[in-house]
Amino acid sequence: MNLDANAKYQDSHEWARQEGDLIVCGITDHAQDSLSDVVYVEFPEVGASLGKGEVFGVVESVKAASDLYMPMSGEIVEVNEALEDEPELVNSDPFGAGWMIKFTPSDPAQWDALLSGDEYQKAVEAEG
Amino acid sequence: MSQELKRTRLYQWHVDHSGRMVPFAGWEMPVQYPTGPIEEHHATRRSAGLFDIDHMGQITVTGPDAEAYLNRLVTWDIGLMVENEAHYALMCYQNGGIIDDVFIYKLPGRWFVVVNADNLTKDFQWMQDHAAGYDVTVKDVSDETYMIALQGPKAIELLQNLVPVDLAGVSRFTAVETEVEGVAAIIGRTGYTGEDGVEIFFPADRALQIWERILSAGPEKGIEVQPIGLAARDSLRFEPAFPLYGHEIDADTTPLEANLGWACKFDSDFIGKEALLKQKETGLTKKLIGFELTDKGVPRQGYPVASPAGEEIGVVVTGLYAPTVEKYCGHAFVPPEYAKVGTNIRIVIRNKPKAAFIVKRPFYQPAYRK
Repeated sequence: MNLDANAKYQDSHEWARQEGDLIVCGITDHAQDSLSDVVYVEFPEVGASLGKGEVFGVVESVKAASDLYMPMSGEIVEVNEALEDEPELVNSDPFGAGWMIKFTPSDPAQWDALLSGDEYQKAVEAEG
Repeated sequence: MSQELKRTRLYQWHVDHSGRMVPFAGWEMPVQYPTGPIEEHHATRRSAGLFDIDHMGQITVTGPDAEAYLNRLVTWDIGLMVENEAHYALMCYQNGGIIDDVFIYKLPGRWFVVVNADNLTKDFQWMQDHAAGYDVTVKDVSDETYMIALQGPKAIELLQNLVPVDLAGVSRFTAVETEVEGVAAIIGRTGYTGEDGVEIFFPADRALQIWERILSAGPEKGIEVQPIGLAARDSLRFEPAFPLYGHEIDADTTPLEANLGWACKFDSDFIGKEALLKQKETGLTKKLIGFELTDKGVPRQGYPVASPAGEEIGVVVTGLYAPTVEKYCGHAFVPPEYAKVGTNIRIVIRNKPKAAFIVKRPFYQPAYRK
């Protein structure tokens, strides 16, 4: 399983990475592989304040729509507009060019509660 | 549940080649391979795709009354068909609702009817129930008959290497009884992708041999060919606007509502004709349309269609991202007053109305009609 060593995870298959004061978030390589070809990503409004675990968007693959969940509480400052024309970046580069949102965390301590790569991998394996 | 699903003789091949197996119409079928459905779609339009469609059913009709009998059951006038011709038709209930859509082959000495997997039991029962008074034998030959499709602009060139007949002499919507790699086969110049190509029927115990031979013959001749799963099969059939049972057509939909009046011959006395003639007089209450989203979003089957004022007026029956035309689009049923090309509608995606408009079908002109 491909993981980003600098990222933390949650068991709903989002990754989060610290970038200065911001958190960048996307879906994991495992998630994009399970979803298969991504054809659309629905984003939140920039400026929206969302709580940890709230739905921030929807990723649509050829066959299904899946909700995306905030890994931490925060205010959305940017969404990855490149995905509007090239949603396939989520498949080809899930930890890089396929990122989805950047937000200012309102409770930075929530970072510590996220899963490490090892913990996430174990959670995925437990899912079967 | 899963142990009740049927498996084709290529099941293990699909698993060994990382096909993602899903339940479909009572079968466990590959929805995609590792390249993914969008690339599989493009590969079929670009070169050639090979489809395991053995879940589909085949029924033969023989006997002195075979033509009269079958003509009563289907909407097309099969009396117009010449030997080795293949034609699309519908089987309808008395009320005009569609039992199934079928492909009929007029082969030497027998009629060969290809039906949808989900409908095989019901179709065969219906055909048997209506055989009284006719000197016919109706036989379900699905188990012993394997069915695959090879589709795409390079399909004929590829298959030509494996058959003794000249496929250039087999025109669109005709069939030939011949051999593939020495195995007796019916090759129909038919298919459900909007591309040139064939559907091949042969003894089921030769499935693996024929399948692997076609896939190896491609690279030998420098022709790209790959297996294609159900997801790409769906987008490939949608773009040229071919109906799929359970989506565009079902027991609650008539051929007229589904824009399939062209498949009905009203000079022929088929079951359901009176209901359809009556519907022609009284007018339709729903009509199948193609739509394209102007807002972004992915429409899906079951999503409501609304008027610009917000009134619910219909339902999406197929919705997707169409890879060749590069649009978010679909098919829906709406009242006739909303069916005109250019009419603005809304597709309600997760409670949010998204702007869309009615477009001319098909989204993609079949290659053999260009």
